Amino acid sequence: MRLLNLIKIAYKAIILNKMRTLLTMLGIIIGVASVIAMLAIGEGSKESIRSTISSMGSNMITIRPGADDRGPARGSGGNVQTLTLEDYNVIKEKVDLLSNSTPVVNSNGQVINGSNNWPSSIYGVYPEYLDIKVVGLQSGSMFTDAEVNTASKVALIGQTVVDNVFPNGEEPVGQMIRFNNIPFKVIGVLEEKGENTFGQDQDDIVIAPFTTVQKRILAIDYLNQIMASAVSEDDAPEAVEIITEILREQHKLQDFEDDDFTVRSMEELISTFSSTSEMLTVLLVAVAGISLLIGGIGIMNIMYVSVKERTKEIGLRMAVGGKGSDILMQFLIEAILISITGGVLGVALGLGATVFIENFLNWPTSVAMYSIIISFAVCAITGIFFGWYPARKASALDPITALRYE
Amino acid sequence: MAKETIKIENLKRQFTMGSETVHALKGISFTIEEGEFVTIMGSSGSGKSTMLNILGCLDQPTSGNYEIDGVKVKNLSKNELATIRNEKIGFIFQSYNLLARTSAIENVELPLLYNSKVTSEERRKRAINALEMVGLGDRLFHTPSQLSGGQQQRVAIARSLVNNPVMILADEATGNLDTRTSYEIMTLFQELNKKGITITFVTHEPDIATFSGRTIVLKDGEIMQDYKNHKVQSAADQLAKLPLENHLS
Repeated sequence: MRLLNLIKIAYKAIILNKMRTLLTMLGIIIGVASVIAMLAIGEGSKESIRSTISSMGSNMITIRPGADDRGPARGSGGNVQTLTLEDYNVIKEKVDLLSNSTPVVNSNGQVINGSNNWPSSIYGVYPEYLDIKVVGLQSGSMFTDAEVNTASKVALIGQTVVDNVFPNGEEPVGQMIRFNNIPFKVIGVLEEKGENTFGQDQDDIVIAPFTTVQKRILAIDYLNQIMASAVSEDDAPEAVEIITEILREQHKLQDFEDDDFTVRSMEELISTFSSTSEMLTVLLVAVAGISLLIGGIGIMNIMYVSVKERTKEIGLRMAVGGKGSDILMQFLIEAILISITGGVLGVALGLGATVFIENFLNWPTSVAMYSIIISFAVCAITGIFFGWYPARKASALDPITALRYE
Repeated sequence: MAKETIKIENLKRQFTMGSETVHALKGISFTIEEGEFVTIMGSSGSGKSTMLNILGCLDQPTSGNYEIDGVKVKNLSKNELATIRNEKIGFIFQSYNLLARTSAIENVELPLLYNSKVTSEERRKRAINALEMVGLGDRLFHTPSQLSGGQQQRVAIARSLVNNPVMILADEATGNLDTRTSYEIMTLFQELNKKGITITFVTHEPDIATFSGRTIVLKDGEIMQDYKNHKVQSAADQLAKLPLENHLS
C-alpha cells in the first residue's frame, strides 16, 4: 500500500518530465542494447565455429604419431613412425564405440593433366573416409574395398584441383591425371566444402586407396594418421580414452613413459576455438558494460538536478508528514523506474539490433536468455546504486530550509 | 475548561552562529484552547518564524515544554515529529506550496499519502470533501496554473484540512494576495473556525489580527502582548464594504 503510493509518486514525477527522463534513459537503453547485441554476436560466432567443426564431423577422432607436447628437439610428428596398420586393426577390432575408421597416409606432390599442373596433397584412405569427414560426391563414385585390396590407381579430386587441372571445364570423371608421375584414373569429384574456419582450403585434395598411396607413392609401412568417428558425439571422449589405453598396450609403453601418439576428438578442438571467441565476447561485453556505467552516471546526474530543483517540494512533503525514508524511497524508486524502463527498452532495441545484424550484415548471432536476465539485473542494480546518493541527499534535507528554498 | 490544544511553558530556542549565540525565543509561555483563532504577530526578528517552526514541529525548542494535543514534543525523533505533523497539524504557506502540474485533488490528497491507515478510496473521498468545504468542488482536476492565487490558497487550505488536524497553522497565508482576495480567504478561515477548527495564524499585518479572537504579539523573543479581541470583525462584512472599483481594477 505504502510502496504503491511511492511508486505512483515516482511515476508521476517521471511523466511530468518526459523529455528529460527519455534522454536520461537513453544512456541505459544504449548500454543494455549493446550488451545484448554484443553477447549475441559473441554467442553467434561461437556457435558458428561449433557448427563449422561439426560439419567436419563432430564425432571425428584423429590419432597421430608423436606426443602432443613435443618440444622443438623431437621433430615434427609426421616423421615419427610409431603408428602402424597393425595398430589400426587392433583399434578397429577392439573399440566398439567407433562406427567408422580408416588409416591415413598422405603426401604432397604435383597433380598433372597434360600441360596443366597443380601442387596438392594426396590422401590414401579406406572408403569409410567419406563418412568420417562427412563429404559427399559431386559426380562419379567412391572406390571400393576391392580397389583398396588391389591397390588400384584410381582417385577422387576436390573442386580446387578440378579448377586448376581441368581449366576448360571438361568432365574430370574418367580422365587420367598423374600424381608425382604415377597415373591415376579420376573416378569421382568431391563435393565442394570451401575453406574451413581456419582458412584451409578443404577442396584442394586428392583421395586414393590407402594401399595405392602407401605402397606405390610413399613406399612406407607406417601410417601418418588414423581417422575414426565415434558412434555419437557424446561417446567421443570415452572412445579417446579406450584408444589411448589400447595403443599404450600395443606400443608396450611403461607407466612412466609418455604416450608416443596423440588421440584427439573434435570436442577438444571446439573448446580451443571457443575459448578464443569467448575472449572476444568478454571484450565486447566489457565495452558494452562501460556504456551501461556511463548510463548510470547519467541517471545520477539527473537525479541530483531533480533533487535540487524540487527542494521546495521535498520541504512541503516533509512538512505534511513525509519521513526521511519516504523521501529517500521516492527518489530511489524514481531512479529505479528510469533504469528498469530503460532496461526494457534496451532489451527491445538490442533484440532489434541483433535481427538487423543477422539479416543485413549476415553475421551469425544468437541471443542467449542469460544475457537478457543479466543486463536486466545490472539495470536494476545501476538504478539503486546511482540513485542512492541523490536520494539520500534529498532525505537528509532540513524541512525548514527546504521550505524556504527559492 | 476547554481542551488545551497547545501548551507552551518557558520555551527557549537559541541558535549558535559561529561564536555568537542568538536567543530567538527567551522563555515563552502560553496555551491555545481548542476552537480558538489566534494570530501571532511581530515584526521580522521578533522570533515569529522560530515560533512557527516549533509550533509546526519542524524544529525543537532548546529548553522548555511544548505539548500539542497532549503529546510532549521534546525528545521526539525526526520520524515521530513527521507523524505528528502528518496527523495533528495542517500547514498553510504564504506561497501556497502546491505541486506544479498536479491536479487540485491530488495536491489535497498529499498528506494522506503519508498516512498508511487511510485507504485510497477514503483518501479521494476526504479530498473531495475538503475541496468542497473551501468552495472548489467544481475545480477538482484543475492544476495550480489554471487557478487564481486565491483559488490556489483555497486548495492549500483544503490540503491542510484533509487530515482532520487539531490545529491549522498558517504562515502569512494572505501575504501574496490582494485585499479583496485576502478578505475572502479570511472569511473562509472564520467559517472554518466557527465549525470548531483551531487556527493559529502567523502574520505581520495588523488588520488580519482584527479578524481573530486573540492576538499574541512577539518582540525580541518575548511576548509583549497577549490579549483577547472582544470585537472580532467579520471578514465577510469587510468584504461587502470594499468599493466595487477595487474589485474591477
